[in-house]
Amino acid sequence: MQRRTSRWMIGAGLTMAGALALTGCSSSFGGTTSGSTGSAGDLTSDSSKTLTVLIGSSGDAETKAVNAAVASWSSSSGTKATVSVASDLNQQLAQGFAAKKPADVFYLSTDALAGYASNGSLLAYGDSLANKDDFYPSLVKSFTYDGQFYCAPKDFSTLGLVINTDAWAKAGLTDADIPTTWDQLETVAKKLTTPDQVGLAIGGEYARAGAFMAQAGGNLMNEDSSKATANSAEAVAGLTEVKKLLNDGVLKYAKDVGAGWGGEAFGKQLSAMTIEGNWITGAMSSDYPSVKYTIAELPAGPAGKGTMQFTNCWGIATDSPNQAAALKLVEQLTSKDSQLAFSTAFGPMPSIKSAASDWKAANPVLVPFLNGADYAVGTPTAKGAADVVTELNSKLESLKTGDPQQILDAAQKNLEALLK
Amino acid sequence: MSKPARTSRRSGIRGGEAASGWLFTAPMIILLGMFLVIPVLMALWVSFSDWGGRGSPFGGNVKFVGFDNYSTLLSGGGLAEQDFGTALRNNAWYVVLVVPIQTALSLLLAVLVNRQILRGRGFFRTSFYFPSVTSSVAITVLWLFLFSSTGAVNKLLSFIGITGPNWFNDPSGILHNFLQLFGVTQGPAALTDGSFLGVSWWDWLAGPSVAMTAFILMAVFTTSGTFMLLFIAALQNLSGEVTEAAMMDGANGWQRFWKVTLPQLRPTLFTVLTLGLIGSWQVFDQIYTGTKGAPGKTTLTPAFLSYQSAFNNQEWGQGAAIAFILFVIIVFFTLFQRWVLRERSVSNRRMRPYLSVANGATANVVAASALTGAGSGSPGTDSPGSGSDPDSHAPDTTGGTR
Repeated sequence: MQRRTSRWMIGAGLTMAGALALTGCSSSFGGTTSGSTGSAGDLTSDSSKTLTVLIGSSGDAETKAVNAAVASWSSSSGTKATVSVASDLNQQLAQGFAAKKPADVFYLSTDALAGYASNGSLLAYGDSLANKDDFYPSLVKSFTYDGQFYCAPKDFSTLGLVINTDAWAKAGLTDADIPTTWDQLETVAKKLTTPDQVGLAIGGEYARAGAFMAQAGGNLMNEDSSKATANSAEAVAGLTEVKKLLNDGVLKYAKDVGAGWGGEAFGKQLSAMTIEGNWITGAMSSDYPSVKYTIAELPAGPAGKGTMQFTNCWGIATDSPNQAAALKLVEQLTSKDSQLAFSTAFGPMPSIKSAASDWKAANPVLVPFLNGADYAVGTPTAKGAADVVTELNSKLESLKTGDPQQILDAAQKNLEALLK
Repeated sequence: MSKPARTSRRSGIRGGEAASGWLFTAPMIILLGMFLVIPVLMALWVSFSDWGGRGSPFGGNVKFVGFDNYSTLLSGGGLAEQDFGTALRNNAWYVVLVVPIQTALSLLLAVLVNRQILRGRGFFRTSFYFPSVTSSVAITVLWLFLFSSTGAVNKLLSFIGITGPNWFNDPSGILHNFLQLFGVTQGPAALTDGSFLGVSWWDWLAGPSVAMTAFILMAVFTTSGTFMLLFIAALQNLSGEVTEAAMMDGANGWQRFWKVTLPQLRPTLFTVLTLGLIGSWQVFDQIYTGTKGAPGKTTLTPAFLSYQSAFNNQEWGQGAAIAFILFVIIVFFTLFQRWVLRERSVSNRRMRPYLSVANGATANVVAASALTGAGSGSPGTDSPGSGSDPDSHAPDTTGGTR
């Protein structure tokens, strides 16, 4: 019996050793210590490798535009570069980082920034950008983690008030009635509410209700996400206003009128107004071309104007063999010409101030969205904040009967736990 | 008998057999080792480490953190614990409803299509099996359309005057909804004050959300066909003699099914329940393609949470820890269910009516074995079930104890 066991052990041992040796063939398995901590002091510049760009594309238009921009940079700089479209960006990024063979340049959301920045995967190159001062300061804040400006904002979107002009005229309203305060918003929403159409429909989530918090001067966290401010009096006031509109029956969540999001509720004319970002124009022209609409800035609350902004950045991997070229590519991709070309192709707003006047001239209807850049607030970027927001969203679903203070107290507790 | 045989194998002409054995099994052992055992061990290590997802988990700067990841999930008091509790709650209701329903339904279908007099048996078998061969992603997408607020299901419900719920957007628990009919909207303090894994007892008892119910229906719809096939195979293996004997004893159809057929199906029942249990504790693809945990986190499952914590939040240790806790849960329930379905000798209370009728001890054994389905205890009856049972456990306990 003894002998059998030992034989078995030897067999198993050999198998394990063999398998380990085989897996060891895939490069960098154990033992590699990462010296660089993600600061952009000296950049790697191994130009023998092709730069890889990984994007999460919204469709053909975006893929083509990015491909064209990267190809033109490639031919002018002489560095080879390829673009690949991720089907699941987060998963493909994570695999690349774990294998130490990540894409050199990639799309990165504000949600994912903290996770990758904290484990050293991201190169904090923001301060070495030649066009660093051209970016909107609020966008730079969104990609600042631990005091370091990590990556260049790719483009951005803000929320605006989208108004159905036919319903507007039917209710006897004119351009002078476009709401600029909460009181006016309540008044027009009431006038626009009919038995088959609610005045205002929004998605029942922080990404929309947060705009009201911003108008009251609050947000879940402070600007650089170093302090939780979710249950501040201002934030509570913002949510209380949403609750008030809900209870007055002039505001409904999109899902309560049978739509997936605000744009769908608006397009199907289930609501006369909605609060959405500039992406709504795409949905309107392709799905609901017959609905006429206009866009206004969101009304001001007690603390003035406020809206939410959403953005992505061009991340560069610490493990990229050619960070210098990657940086040059990003500078090119965030330049005025590239961003205006992207904007024409698939609609986002350029992240740099110098492109603003050209963009406004090209998109006169969408000007209110870009005006929002001056007072927009971002979503919190602390590590794990996305989970807190998901949790908050699930509570917001029952805001109508819930207590804003209690809901935000819970969010505050969860956010504080992240900062410990 | 076996002892001398064993020693002789070691020496002489059969000496090289062990080496050849290892040689022939080596490819499979290496493959399994490389793609199963080693990854599992690596994941186990990750669950005890602070690996952040960059570079190898065996790199120099990855530290051993003991049970930190596990304690964050099980007693951390934060959002991680609450999410894990919610995911377990959701999945537990899913299992509680899916496993019995799919087992009962598949057995029913199997019995129906196994009847000799049924015309077009092939057609029915194929159509019942069809959902099982379709990819779950495709069916999920189909389900999202069927159960949308203006979808086909709600249209059908409207014909009979019911306003259907907004299925995949409705986070309310069905038990809570049921209680609401009687005006109960708030749980008693005893339930709302106490909590387990960050979820109050009242919320544990919410039942599956309306959204999860749609997934439960889908699981039953897709898996019943597969398990029906297993039951058909087992039913066809049953010998008609036992059933005929029961007929001669005057058992009616209902009694024959419950007291003769079903006990003989015990090994298959065990297989079906085990497979169902494992499959339904690991729900992932429906959630990933369908709702991603929404609405209100009521379709969050541990498997999906594990993916989310690892790939989206870079909490790889927690993700791996969730996977291993799930593993422990599955093993526990499988063993528990094995214990419940174990072969038992007939109790004296149940035996009494037969003892008063029959006189001889042999008659008892036959009666008992026919009752419990442990046919192998009685001579002459070929045990039909135990042949298809992959882990036939002590088939002759009944005969042995008698």
